[in-house]
Amino acid sequence: MFPVPVRRLLPALFLSGLAMVQAGASREAAAGPTLDAVKARGALVCAMNGSRPGFSMVDSKGEWSGLEVDVCRAIAAATLGDAGKVQYVKSTTQTRLTVLQTGEVDVTLSNVTWTYGRDADLGLDFVTPTFYDGQGFMVPKKLGVKSVKELDGAAVCVRPGSTSERIIADAQAKYSIKITLVVIEDQKELNTAFFGGRCDAFVQTTSGLSAIRAAVAPNPEDFVILPEIFGKDPMGPVVRQGDPQWRDIVQWTVFALFEAEERAITSKNVDQMRRDSKEPEVQRLLGTAGSASGKGLGLDPEWAYRVIRQVGNYAEIYDRSMGDGSRLKLSRGVNQQWTNGGLFYAPPF
Amino acid sequence: MADARSFAVAGGGPPQPPPPVARGAVGWARRHLFASPFDALVTLALGLLIAWLVPRAFAWAVVDAVWYAPDGQACRAATGACWAVVAEKHRLILFGTYPYDQQWRGAAVIAIFVALIGLSSIGRIPVRLRLAAWGAGASAGLVLLLGGVFGLSPVGTHLWGGLPLTIVIFVGTVAGGMPLAVLLALGRQSEMPAIRAVSVGIVEVVRGLPLLAVLFVVSLVFPLFVPPELSIDKLVRAILGMIVFFGAYAAEIVRGGLQAIPAGQHEAAKALGLGYRLRMRRVVLPQALALVVPALLNDIIRAFKNTTFVAILGLFDVLGATKVALEDPAWVRHAPEIYVFIFLLYLLFCLAFSRRGMAIERRLAARKR
Repeated sequence: MFPVPVRRLLPALFLSGLAMVQAGASREAAAGPTLDAVKARGALVCAMNGSRPGFSMVDSKGEWSGLEVDVCRAIAAATLGDAGKVQYVKSTTQTRLTVLQTGEVDVTLSNVTWTYGRDADLGLDFVTPTFYDGQGFMVPKKLGVKSVKELDGAAVCVRPGSTSERIIADAQAKYSIKITLVVIEDQKELNTAFFGGRCDAFVQTTSGLSAIRAAVAPNPEDFVILPEIFGKDPMGPVVRQGDPQWRDIVQWTVFALFEAEERAITSKNVDQMRRDSKEPEVQRLLGTAGSASGKGLGLDPEWAYRVIRQVGNYAEIYDRSMGDGSRLKLSRGVNQQWTNGGLFYAPPF
Repeated sequence: MADARSFAVAGGGPPQPPPPVARGAVGWARRHLFASPFDALVTLALGLLIAWLVPRAFAWAVVDAVWYAPDGQACRAATGACWAVVAEKHRLILFGTYPYDQQWRGAAVIAIFVALIGLSSIGRIPVRLRLAAWGAGASAGLVLLLGGVFGLSPVGTHLWGGLPLTIVIFVGTVAGGMPLAVLLALGRQSEMPAIRAVSVGIVEVVRGLPLLAVLFVVSLVFPLFVPPELSIDKLVRAILGMIVFFGAYAAEIVRGGLQAIPAGQHEAAKALGLGYRLRMRRVVLPQALALVVPALLNDIIRAFKNTTFVAILGLFDVLGATKVALEDPAWVRHAPEIYVFIFLLYLLFCLAFSRRGMAIERRLAARKR
């Protein structure tokens, strides 16, 4: 097979290479403000983890779903008019911020915890959180425990040296209870120990607990996550610094999701609300107040209407991603609107 | 042994069959399994291991296995394997995030690839025809995957995944890496110091880097200092990285072949008035490459398995898609079954390559005689 000159193959190789280069070039062409680039490309590029149940997952048909996926789709609906015009770039913990810095993606939605260090040092902007994670306690339902306060004398499964150990110490001091630690290094062993009944409670991030419950528990309904949350783990979209318009677009898209939930506007009733509502804030949100709405963001007045119609409000997203409409069945906790005692608070529209 | 002597008696009638203990299954076992006390010990130990292992493996894989479980519930109670997970996830594993209703195009690419491997092992087809078939197959495969012509909807490379992606990377790596390897090997033997230095430099630097680092550089560092207008597709970047890596390793193999060609061959070709190009193309390289087929095949098989590294770039090759498939809470408990499936898949392809390599070696050996 070798004696034939390779040279004869070169034209074919070159052409096929060229085709791919062109396909790539069209994807990342325009420079300048991010919105222009997104519109020129006709697609929003989001960096996604793809392996976090509830946040971003790929189903058996290769379709993406999850809370962060829906936020990405909402931004696409606002900017491009179609929630489907999205390209997902699967990224790992190591690459999720680098691909944003290099301009390969427009926004990163990949369980990035907003911290001082990251925000100050990386040349990135953390937009408002879309999920507040934290450490929580999971217990078997049959214990009848409703609060961490009642866990006096309990044995708790935990990983060594983790934040969880510190959280348990805090909880003991706060509620003056006594907890016995069952420290196990390996996550699988830890799961076995808890579901095998060696401990009364299991401490980890609440999103992690709900995923473990859905995946490993013999019967997920036999376990509850207690309402108390410890520690701070705010996660949300991240954008490049230096494009205030783009940052505003992402931020107000998230606020539109919050505002819609607060005003009980859903994907089902949005058309009717749009027709009937006399409230000026609803009219501004849904683009019936006049043509000026949205202009400051570089968008048309109906941007938020499309977001709600195509993707839904925050409650709808949460429900199908990690709430009762999903396998994870994670209760909302602090991930509620402020009107229900949660942490989400959209400035007035 | 006493019997043996009786055979030697002159005119002792028809030859006697060997004694019963040396015949049939018993004889075979005595010769092959219990020839010495040590052999007997090894046989017993391994026999026990097999007797212990096989029934358990069979029970896990067949008897207690669950073959059908639409939502994974039936698998929760099962003690055996849950093959339903393969049925549920095979599309994601084989085609990644390629649009679901267009996945027949990926299947066609796999079929083309398998057909080309099969075609290549038929020795009667002339080499040129075979190379032409590979060229046509590769072009057809790219057109199928990319789309945008002949009524096929366009599919960006960011959606490619699974086995077709693995095949594209593998074929691209070998097709680009082999010429590079030959060039680098020739460059290293060149009489021009500049070319020699560049070739040595490339080979030594690339060989000194882990593949993972090469891929990180092309995918993450490269875009940092290239303006967005000039940036090229992530998949193309990954393939370029693999080509350089493959080329640097294979170059040393080719150089080994070049050094094994006696100086007399060069001199004879020169005496015939052949220039450098003709001398290399017609005399030296054909012999040199024929010498190093086993070693090259080694590298080619490794290139196939190395495609799994692109998963760290966020590309959904077979293994990358598998990892994502296993995050599904409903199926996360069934990683062993999925990995058995992946193991068989890779084994199948790598075996096909090595069979094909053996066929080439046989053909070359026949030509020598």
